Amino acid sequence: MAGTEHKHPNYMAIFWTLAILTVVEIGVIFLPFGKFTNGVLLCGLALGKAALVAMYFMHLRFEARTLGVVAITPLAIATLLVFVLLPDGFAVAKKSQVKGAAAAAPAKH
Amino acid sequence: MHMAVEPAETPLTPESWGKLGMWIFLVGDAVGFGVLLAGYGVMRATSADWPSPYDVLGINLTALMTFLLICSSVTMVKALEWLGKGDRVRAIRFLLFTALGGAIFVCLQAYEWSHLIHRGLHINGNPWGASLFGTSFFIVTGFHGLHVTGGVIYLLSMVRWVLNRPDPGDSYNGVEIAGLYWHFVDLVWIMVFTFMYLL
Repeated sequence: MAGTEHKHPNYMAIFWTLAILTVVEIGVIFLPFGKFTNGVLLCGLALGKAALVAMYFMHLRFEARTLGVVAITPLAIATLLVFVLLPDGFAVAKKSQVKGAAAAAPAKH
Repeated sequence: MHMAVEPAETPLTPESWGKLGMWIFLVGDAVGFGVLLAGYGVMRATSADWPSPYDVLGINLTALMTFLLICSSVTMVKALEWLGKGDRVRAIRFLLFTALGGAIFVCLQAYEWSHLIHRGLHINGNPWGASLFGTSFFIVTGFHGLHVTGGVIYLLSMVRWVLNRPDPGDSYNGVEIAGLYWHFVDLVWIMVFTFMYLL
């Protein structure tokens, strides 16, 4: 079956944007803003790069809007999962800390 | 009873059911990678002795690998562009460039793995702290590496497929679907590079 041709955006412009954003990402890890700010900047840059690949290389920009909603669902699920798992992770970490402290304390009898 | 008739074309990707099939596969695959990365993030956030990845893994080689995958995404879209213009020879040349980029990526990853294993990083052990660091590193990068390997095989089979079609336009849809897979592999690496090497 012959396919329908899409519009072809300026792929070289997207390529250079992605290459420059990768260099910026590497530069961000040396910034003195602290772990949290650097982390937010890196997440933003990664999501921006991923969005460029999805929208222009995967042609999502030229597809039906509903397909874009379907495509973004995994990101929402993964983000939700982080918040679902974090409390459990912190509880386990705290429990092992308490266990470690009890083992280190001298026996009373 | 009146039977509902399935429409001849999908409203999401009217030009091809195959494209919709690939999107459904990719969304499922993305959930898999999303769960792995979310699990990695939680383990890291709650661990007291998680090493700083860019200090112990090194990012020079992986930055090069990232650049290589971005280049291979461009060669992939160029292959599709030439196919759209009816130039089968150039399209095949760019498909081969893309497969070559993927093959070099896998070789570099094998080199990185052997180097890290030699330094003591294992799937159940890590000389710089939490052993889950080694586990998550090899599982996530290994899962992605398998995707790249599968992608190289897929691209090479597409070269043969394009060659066997009498009209270059007939293979446009198939190559576009293969391209979706390849760009997805690139997209996932962008996330893996940030979350497992830079953060």
